[in-house]
Amino acid sequence: MLGRLTWAAIPLDNPIEMGAVGLMGIVVLIVLGFIARYNLWVYLWKEWITTIDHKKIGIMYILMALVMLLRGFADAIMMRTQLAFSHGASHGYLPPEHYDQIFSAHGVIMIFFVAMPFVIGFMNVAVPLQIGARDVAFPFLNSISFWLTFVGMALVNLSLAIGEFGQAGWLAYPPLSELKYSPGSGIDYWIWSLQISGIGTLLTGVNFFVTIIKMRAPGMTFMRMPVFVWTILCTSILIMAAFPVLTATIGMLTLDRYLDFHFFTNDGGGNQMMYVNLIWAWGHPEVYILILPVFGVFSEVVSTYSSKRLFAYTSMVWATVSITVLSFVVWLHHFFTMGSGADVNAFFGISTMVIAIPTGVKIFNWLFTMYGGRVRYEPAMLWTVGFMVTFTIGGMTGVMMAVPGIDFIVHNSLFLIAHFHNVIIGGVVFGCFAGLNYWFPKMFGFKLEAKWGTRSFWFWLVGFYVAFVPLYALGFMGATRRMEHYDNPAWVPYMWVALLGAVLIFCGIVCSILQIVVSIRDRAKLQDVTGDIWGGRTLEWAISSPPPFYNFATTPTVADAEPLWDAKQRGTIERQARDHYEDIHMPKNTGAGFIIAVFAGIMGFAMIWYIWWLAILSVVGIILTLIIRTCNDDIDYYVPGEEVARIEKAHFLKVASLETEKQHAD
Amino acid sequence: MPTDAVAAHGGHDHHHDHAQEQLANKVFGFWLYLMTDCILFATAFAGVAVNRHSYAGGPTGKDIFELNGVIIETACLLFSSVTYGFAMLAAHRNNKSQVMLWLGITFLFGLGFIGFEVKEFMHLVADGNGPERSAFLSSFFLLVATHGCHVTAGLLWMATLMFQMGVMGKPLNTTYMSRLTCLSLFWHFLDIVWICVFTVVYLMGVI
Repeated sequence: MLGRLTWAAIPLDNPIEMGAVGLMGIVVLIVLGFIARYNLWVYLWKEWITTIDHKKIGIMYILMALVMLLRGFADAIMMRTQLAFSHGASHGYLPPEHYDQIFSAHGVIMIFFVAMPFVIGFMNVAVPLQIGARDVAFPFLNSISFWLTFVGMALVNLSLAIGEFGQAGWLAYPPLSELKYSPGSGIDYWIWSLQISGIGTLLTGVNFFVTIIKMRAPGMTFMRMPVFVWTILCTSILIMAAFPVLTATIGMLTLDRYLDFHFFTNDGGGNQMMYVNLIWAWGHPEVYILILPVFGVFSEVVSTYSSKRLFAYTSMVWATVSITVLSFVVWLHHFFTMGSGADVNAFFGISTMVIAIPTGVKIFNWLFTMYGGRVRYEPAMLWTVGFMVTFTIGGMTGVMMAVPGIDFIVHNSLFLIAHFHNVIIGGVVFGCFAGLNYWFPKMFGFKLEAKWGTRSFWFWLVGFYVAFVPLYALGFMGATRRMEHYDNPAWVPYMWVALLGAVLIFCGIVCSILQIVVSIRDRAKLQDVTGDIWGGRTLEWAISSPPPFYNFATTPTVADAEPLWDAKQRGTIERQARDHYEDIHMPKNTGAGFIIAVFAGIMGFAMIWYIWWLAILSVVGIILTLIIRTCNDDIDYYVPGEEVARIEKAHFLKVASLETEKQHAD
Repeated sequence: MPTDAVAAHGGHDHHHDHAQEQLANKVFGFWLYLMTDCILFATAFAGVAVNRHSYAGGPTGKDIFELNGVIIETACLLFSSVTYGFAMLAAHRNNKSQVMLWLGITFLFGLGFIGFEVKEFMHLVADGNGPERSAFLSSFFLLVATHGCHVTAGLLWMATLMFQMGVMGKPLNTTYMSRLTCLSLFWHFLDIVWICVFTVVYLMGVI
């Protein structure tokens, strides 16, 4: 009846895991208690769970990313602590099978459930606003995408309480991940959470590609799109081209494990290197899926806070496009040691180095944008400058490893770990914090407080270097990744410095939390009344913060790559509401996306535990929900023009009263 | 009839334009989805290519493929594409009963295709040549079954549309035209994929 699910699946004998489960349980209970106390069930259902408003979906993505950042960081500091103690006779406090789950979960959570939802959250919040659209092309599909990602995240976290997580690293290389060597539920959790959230991501890619191609405001030609929109266009292409490969590859591993296929097994003619090639044919584009959007964020931030037009817009666009193309011809550099021969390795080594050229173009463009600009060091700008320095160093160690000869020496060492954290923390994480500080007022109507934001930045920046520079050194000294114990006493001091770095990063995270708490407390003081709190240049700053649910009361027309700046220069900004507005066509909320994702989650859980009947029932549930949804013709409505006029008037009145207040103060 | 449908949708001209625009987006989005599906199939084809000689002591393509059945199967699918084309022509003439008729015929052809495929699989498994026999057979089963699952999904979709238009009496308005168009794209796409499967797996397998 319940497949292989028994009481033994709950790790009652493991105090660390049960402690974590207890902590998560308490947090969930507090949240549920809060909802019950203020009776927010209906509000939650109506305003958030069934929403298909891109702004709210974006906020939910970002919230999920922030919560998961805590979980991923907990894994990280546990590993650093283990390695500070576990040398010689001491074996630390984590047994190997637990340590292996921790590094696997750390990678999966940080990539799939922190970095991905963060950048997809920004896409959702900013892209429709920047192109002057009322929503994405397929709002209902957008809701499905979010909830599928959410369900994938829930499955990973469920593995803590029921069963185990994978012990084969974040990419689960076979043959270790095959049933013979990983018979438990861990790899199956990995498979189903990635498969379900991966489909959500694929749909996001299609959705945003159509949105950008088809729904730009009149006059916004391709070369007038904000650079962030360009990077998301390229990201969508990467998602559409790469994620089907992930789906197929995980599908093959699934068949190996469930139905005794022989794609990657040791026997039956299986070929493990096919898995490694396929997973990186997805995996390398994936890292550009993460970094391209934050390149877009930095471009917006640099020009806004330098009060200057972005330097060399055209070369920025072409650099983005070349990175998109090149990202598909470098995957083999993840396994030069496969032994494909000097010619093949040379090709991939050179193509990898070539990527440094467009990336360098970008760095110089940002620097030249700042040069001669009136730079304001708000937190978003601090993160950007920190990124430029840190990412350049990470890029250089990357070019080092692009030389196959060097790669043979440092392959799978801590040098590699230091390199990719250098580009992911210094690039993606810093970019996410920059974007959060930048767009927070647009999302919530008040900005994040700068003092705690600045503290958070400095702790993160210094903490990053203290934590990862020792790992570069350790890599040269021969320390390998994924090791939970070592005998070389010379490594110990470096490990302790790295732990200190992790503690500093922890302080940075605490400052970030305090920044949000303090900002919510002082939200009246930090309010963004005009909707253009930073002196913005793109269309999202042309409307109120937070924007009305229909975004733009009238469709804007665009004559420049920086339409708002352009309008401000020419004094063509509307300062009062019009008398008459047209009716606005809007989609209705629906719970179907949530229901489909819940069925998908149950299916994943049932497959993990071999509860076949439940898996079949859930698939039937998904199909029926879809069919019922397509039978419903009542999916949209019109917002009357009078209602639009009322909302717009209220906004302009508020702005006007603030301006009078200011004049009085002067 | 189309003017009725527009009137039922609520009047103003710009409302109608908006609906048209959304439907164009839908077909474009669906076409993009098909391109991603194309990459999914490409990955499965890569599996077939890599494992083409990984017999692990088991049978080769020559030993097990029976082209006679496969040719009838292929004919079923190709004819179903033609009949779907007739359904679309009828849809553009706004003749719902003919649409239903041609969809019905297409459905039967599709069902025939799936029937032959299931029969072939059962035959192979009964002879001990299932996917667990070798990497070669694993790749074969994955590719062909992935295509088969797609066809099955297409049949389910077709049945749903027939139910909605036939039993629930939904009109041939822009919404249903876009659904018929998307399914049409899907169906022809699966045909093209099958031609590649037939060539790469079966024909090249028996040479």
